Amino acid sequence: MARAVTNRHKTIATIAAWAVALVIFFPILYTIITSFKSEQEAIQGFSLIPSGTLESYAEVQSQYNYFKPFMNSVILALGSTLLALVVAIPAAWSMAFSPTKRTKDVLMWMLSTKMMPAVAVLFPIYLIFRNLGLLDSRIGMTVMLMLINLPIVIWMLYTYFREIPGEILEAARMDGATLWGEILYVLTPMAVPGIASTMLLNIILAWNEAFWTIRLTTTNAAPLTAFISSFSSPQGLFWAKLSAASTLAIAPILIMGWFSQKQLVRGLTFGAVK
Amino acid sequence: MATKQTRTLARFMAAPSVLLLLIWMAVPLAVTLWFSFQQYNPLNPIRDRFVGFANYALFFNNPAFSTAILNTLIIVAAVLAITIIGGILLALLLDQPMWGQGFVRILVISPFFVMPPVAALVWKNMIMHPGYGVFADIARFFGAQPIDWFAQYPLFSIIIIVAWQWLPFATLILLTSLQSLDGEQKEAAEMDGAGFLARFWYLTLPHLSRAITVVVLIQTIFLLSVYAEILVTTNGGPGYASTNLPFLVYQKALLEYKIGQASAGGIIAVILANIVAFFAMRAVGKNLDK
Repeated sequence: MARAVTNRHKTIATIAAWAVALVIFFPILYTIITSFKSEQEAIQGFSLIPSGTLESYAEVQSQYNYFKPFMNSVILALGSTLLALVVAIPAAWSMAFSPTKRTKDVLMWMLSTKMMPAVAVLFPIYLIFRNLGLLDSRIGMTVMLMLINLPIVIWMLYTYFREIPGEILEAARMDGATLWGEILYVLTPMAVPGIASTMLLNIILAWNEAFWTIRLTTTNAAPLTAFISSFSSPQGLFWAKLSAASTLAIAPILIMGWFSQKQLVRGLTFGAVK
Repeated sequence: MATKQTRTLARFMAAPSVLLLLIWMAVPLAVTLWFSFQQYNPLNPIRDRFVGFANYALFFNNPAFSTAILNTLIIVAAVLAITIIGGILLALLLDQPMWGQGFVRILVISPFFVMPPVAALVWKNMIMHPGYGVFADIARFFGAQPIDWFAQYPLFSIIIIVAWQWLPFATLILLTSLQSLDGEQKEAAEMDGAGFLARFWYLTLPHLSRAITVVVLIQTIFLLSVYAEILVTTNGGPGYASTNLPFLVYQKALLEYKIGQASAGGIIAVILANIVAFFAMRAVGKNLDK
């Protein structure tokens, strides 16, 4: 950096930024701290130092069978992401490498489906799910989450694929590669970073989806979003257990999120900001 | 470059996605549209019939409707204002040289990854609870009476929670954009004697305009359909004080079984979203050409 930075300036910026960051992070921090308290401690007033007991975690598992909604979240997030990739990769590939006049319109239209308010189709979807016996089923929810995120997946893959130089494909074609060989041996290795980024963002989005997962599941397929929502009216001494359940629900995705900052910007702005 | 054969194949490869999205969008929407002209109650099917625009009239005449529309717009506007202004300030701060910048970024971005029900419950119980929340602890420390946030200021409380979730997103996008600002331009302006405010107004803000547009549009799409945060905190109350349009439609459909009215509300929500989407598409489309 060409500009000379005074130490004083840097110190002030550091203190200000850390203060603001800690305020923003505080609700999460306090939840994590409270999860290591007993229920008694949790309601005894403000304290940043927990006794370090793990009883809340144990009780969340023993009383509410926490592992089941957790596994449902894992299955739904991973399943819907993989399914979306299977459908989206060929589509994004064809739009990036064999664009027609209408490709842009098709992409725009796909994006527009994302703008339809979920609540507008709540009842029809509910009816369809009920009649097909998909209510509270993992298969139904996996398909649902796949459909919700499909436009974003296609868009993200498209912006990544578009950056792969077309000449490479032509060279492969000259060497006699078939179309599927082209996809499998030339394109795929070059596309892997983009696909991985897309996967990461989509897992985060699917994990945190909190409309359909709450409305279309009850017990069997309920992921963490629905499980946590069922605690909306805590009765009695409940703070530490709620904190433990919350900490476990957000921890994996928080850590994944920290590694996906760049992809997040790109994916959620559809390549408009990089 | 592409031969006719590969073109055909390309269409074939895009077909599953297009078909899936077409079905996913068209079929349920058509069903909703159909129900919006019907009187339909799954619990009392004898009176089911075609009623024309009566559901829309009922929905419009329901005092809850105007409250819900107003609340929807207030949530969108307030959260946008907080996150854009706060996001710009935060991005400017985080763009300064400092120690531990990477870690600060991680702390700031974290709320975005917290699932909505957890965010809402944490704020409801740990922070804003009138008995055991941190705000109550602070109030008591200063000898003041703790505030029962969700009873007295329900909509404001929801806005705080939603803004907390989206501030990181705005900050991250704006910071990314800020970091792509040409350093030489900044230096030149500085040498010409432009003060901080002048530089911000004439150089930084115009540079950020595209990122701000994107943030506004994307957040609006999500903010129009805030749901889980309301469900686990106020449940729309007291009365309809914190009910937005999606929540009202949910109540009509799955709690009161007034499917016709709920569908009419759903169609209104679609129209509202389309007005927003119209502008969103134009902006994103423009960026696509660049």
